[in-house]
Amino acid sequence: MPASTEKGFSRRAFLQGGALLMVFTLVPASRRVLADTEVDTLGTVVLAPDLPGSLRTNPYLDAWIKIGSDGITVYTGKVELGTGVKTALLQIAAERLEVSPGSIRFLTADTALTPNEGYTAGSHSIFDSGTALFNAAAQVRQLLLESAGRTWRLDPSILKTHDAVIQAPSGQKMTYADAVAGVELHQYAKADSPLMPISDFKLIGHSLPRLDIPAKVSGGAAFIQDIRLPGMLHARVIRPPRPSASLERFDSELIRSMPGVLEVVHDGNYLAVVAHDEWQAIKAMRKGYELAQWNGGDPVPESSTIHELLTRLPAKRYPISHEGGSLKGSGARFQARVTKQYLMHGSIGPSCSVAWFKEGLLTVWTHTQGVYPLRAGIAEMLGLPLEKVRCIHTEGSGCYGHNGADDAAADAALIAMRLPGQPIRVQWMREQENLWEPYSSAMLTQLDAGLDGQGRLEDWSYELWTTPHNERIVNAGRLIPARLLAYPFVSAPSIPIAQPEGDGDRNAVPLYTVGSTRIDMNFVTDMPFRTSAMRSLGAHINIYAIEACIDELARQSGSDPVAFRLTHLTDPRARAVIEQTRDAFGWPQRPATPGTGIGFAFARYKNIMGYCAIAVQVYVHPQTQVIEVERVVTAVDVGQIVNPDGLRNQVEGGIVQSMSWTLYEAVSYNAEGVRSYDWSGYPILRFPQLPSHVDVHMLDQPGQPFLGAAEIVQGPMAAALGNAVADATGRRRLNLPLGRAVEEA
Amino acid sequence: MTTTTLHVNGSAHTLDIDPDMPLLYALRNHLGLNGAKYGCGLGQCGACTVLLDDKPVFSCLTPCSGMEGRKIRTVESLGSAEQPGPLQQAFIDTQAAQCGYCIAGMIMRAQALLEQEPHPGEEAILAHMAPNLCRCGTHLRILEAIRHVSKDGVKHAG
Repeated sequence: MPASTEKGFSRRAFLQGGALLMVFTLVPASRRVLADTEVDTLGTVVLAPDLPGSLRTNPYLDAWIKIGSDGITVYTGKVELGTGVKTALLQIAAERLEVSPGSIRFLTADTALTPNEGYTAGSHSIFDSGTALFNAAAQVRQLLLESAGRTWRLDPSILKTHDAVIQAPSGQKMTYADAVAGVELHQYAKADSPLMPISDFKLIGHSLPRLDIPAKVSGGAAFIQDIRLPGMLHARVIRPPRPSASLERFDSELIRSMPGVLEVVHDGNYLAVVAHDEWQAIKAMRKGYELAQWNGGDPVPESSTIHELLTRLPAKRYPISHEGGSLKGSGARFQARVTKQYLMHGSIGPSCSVAWFKEGLLTVWTHTQGVYPLRAGIAEMLGLPLEKVRCIHTEGSGCYGHNGADDAAADAALIAMRLPGQPIRVQWMREQENLWEPYSSAMLTQLDAGLDGQGRLEDWSYELWTTPHNERIVNAGRLIPARLLAYPFVSAPSIPIAQPEGDGDRNAVPLYTVGSTRIDMNFVTDMPFRTSAMRSLGAHINIYAIEACIDELARQSGSDPVAFRLTHLTDPRARAVIEQTRDAFGWPQRPATPGTGIGFAFARYKNIMGYCAIAVQVYVHPQTQVIEVERVVTAVDVGQIVNPDGLRNQVEGGIVQSMSWTLYEAVSYNAEGVRSYDWSGYPILRFPQLPSHVDVHMLDQPGQPFLGAAEIVQGPMAAALGNAVADATGRRRLNLPLGRAVEEA
Repeated sequence: MTTTTLHVNGSAHTLDIDPDMPLLYALRNHLGLNGAKYGCGLGQCGACTVLLDDKPVFSCLTPCSGMEGRKIRTVESLGSAEQPGPLQQAFIDTQAAQCGYCIAGMIMRAQALLEQEPHPGEEAILAHMAPNLCRCGTHLRILEAIRHVSKDGVKHAG
C-alpha cells in the first residue's frame, strides 16, 4: 500500500479530534498540535496536558476571567497584530459567558496581567487562546450558576442568565458580580465544558465590527507611536553600516552640544541619541551617522549567487519524510530547481517602543508578538530580575512575523536605564527597519517526482536549503542591541520548528497521496543575512514548488490539473474547497485572448490547519511580460468561523500580500551592501496592480475546531499565480519573484 | 527656534519650532494629532498624507516654514470615532482596515479626490491612490469604502 503522508500527519495531529468534534471541546486537537510550535518557543510550560487550547499552559480560570464589582475582565496572552483577533477572541468569551461584548473589559498581552501564551504567531491565536476562552468562559459561567443555585437552594440547571444577571424561574435575580462571591475562580479548568448547541451561538459565526477601527480612522491614540507620556523624551539609534562592524571613532561631545540633545549613549558598538524633541533627535542621529567611523563587518553576498552559496554553507540536514520504497515511477516525471530571494516584512510603520525605568521597575510598551519572551530577553540583557521588567503590548503597524519590534523594545529599554525616571520613545527610521529587520530566508528547493503507469503519483523527492525561520527571543543575544554592547551577548543556536508545523520545511510534505517520499531539509545555520519568521515561513515556496510539479505532471499525463489533484486527495474538506473553487471559477474556462492564462493551487496550511484552494486568471503582456491579475477565486475552510467578515478580510489581504511577494518582491543586495533601504529599493504592490476581481468563498464548519486563518492563502496564491503564468506563456518560471525574472526549468 | 503659525483643521497655532521641522512632527508632537503617521520620511508610502490647501501632500517632507497662510487638514478634521464623517463612516462600514496604520493617510488622499471629483471612475481612483502603500492587503476594501462615498457624495469638510 502506498504510504500516505496525509494519514501520517493526521494521526500525529488532528485526526483524533474527529470523534469529539460535535461537542466542540477541541481537546485532543489542541493538545497535539501545540507541542513544539513557534508559539511556545519560550516561557510556556505545559501544566495541564489534558486541557484544551492555552489552558494547557495557563490552567487557572482566573488567569482568563475575573469578575468583580467593577465588571467582567477577560485576559488573553495573545496580541492584536492587525488581523482582528482581539475582536474575535472577545466574541468567543462573550458568547460563552453569555454576556454582551460591550460588558467585557478585554485585555491583551501584558506580563503583569495576562496569561503567558508565548508568541502570537503561526495562525495559532484563535486555535490556542480562542479555544481556551471558549472553554474557560463557559466553565466560569457554570460556576456562577452553581453559586446562585447554592444561595437559592435551586438546581443550577433551571437557572438562566441574561446580560450578566442570573435569573431563577421565580424571578429572583443575582448579578455575576454577586454570584462570584461564592466561587473560587482560582482553580484549574476542567477538561470538559458545558455544551452549547451551535444554533444558540449569537456571536460566534457573526460579523461583529472590529473594536479598533473607529479610532484608527479618526486619529485616536491607536498605536504605540501615539503614546505620549509626561516628560517623554525622543531617542534615535545609530546603527553600524553592516552587522559586526566595529566603531573606530565617534565624537559624542559634538552631538551632545546640539540643540535639545540630552544624552548620547555609547556602549561598544551601540549608539543612540536622546533629545527633548523628536526632530532634534533625528538631526542628532543624522549627525551621528556622519561622524561615526566604522571598520569591518560581515561581508554581504552577491544576490546572483546566493542560492549556490546556501548549498555550501554549514548546515544541518533534517530528514522530513522518508516513506515507502525506492521504486521510481515509470510514467511522466518533473524535475525542478525553485528559488526565492530574501523578503522583508515591510511594515508600513517602522518599529517603535516606549520604555520607562521608574522606582526600580522597567516598563516597556512594545508591539512585540511575545511579551513574555521579550521580557526575559530584556531582563537578561540588563541584568534585571524578571519581576523588575514589565512588557505591555501596544499595537504597532502590521508585522507579519518577527520584524524589528523586539529589537526596538530592547533599544528603548537600554536607553531608559541610562535616564531613570524619564519615559523614552524610540522610533526606528525607515532605512533602519529595512536594513535591520530579520528577513524571510532566501531558499532553494529541488524537486524530482514521477507518476506510475496509471498516472498516479509514485515517487516524490524534495530537498530544500534554508536559513532559520524562527530566530525568536530565546535569549538576550537574539536582540540586536544586546549584540552591539561593549560586552556583547551572543545569539542562542538556531533550532528549526519541528514538523508537523515545520520551519523552512513548512508544507514541504505534499498532502497528496504519494507512493513514496524522500524529503529533506538543509538547515543553514551560518546566515548570510539574519532571518526569522515571516508569514507562512517556508510554506510560500514549498507550496509553490509542489503545486508547480502537480500542474506539470497533470499536463504531461493529459489530465486536467484540478481533476488530477482530486484524484490524489482523500480528505473530504480538501476536496470540498477545491470543488467549490473549481465551480465558482468555472474552471477550466478562460478568455481566448492570447497572453491569458489560468492557474489553480491548493494547500492545507501546515497540513493540519486551514484549507485553501485558489484559481487565478492572469494576462501576461507579450512584449513587456508585465503580469496583470484579472481574477482570483478562492474557497477556504478554517473550521468553525468566528467572524466571517474578519476571515474574509484576512483572506483578501493574504491574496494581495502574497501576490506582492510573488510577483514583485526581493531584497536587493550585492557585495556593496543592501540596496533595499527604502520603498524605491523594495517595491511592493500599489493600487494600480490590484487584481480586478476577487471572489472569496468560506466553507463554515460549525462545531469543528478553530484552525486559524491569517496565513492560509500565502502559499496557494503564489502557486496559482505561477501556474497561471506558465499557462499564459508556455514557460514555467521557477525563480521568484515572477515579475522580474524569466527563466525556464 | 523660530515662531511659526500653522493653520490646522480650522484653527491657527503659533509654535516655537525649528523652521526646517517637517509638518508631520509638528502635527504629531506639538499639536497632539495622531492621524498623520510616520512611515518612511521619504514621501514613498503616504502614511503621513494630509491636505494642504485641499491637495494631498506628504507631511513628512513638507517643512513647516512656508506654511504661513496655508490651510492644513488632517483626518481629525473629518470627524471623530463617535461622529465619523462620511468617508470615515464608509471605512468603518466596509471594515476597511487590518492593522490600520496606513488608513488615516488613505482617507486623506481619497478625501482630496472626492472633493475634486465626487464620482471618480475606477481607473481614476487607482491612479490617485497609487502613492499610498498598504502592507496588509486591505486595498480592495479601501476601494470599496471610496466607492461607497462616491455613490453617496462627500461633503467638503472645510
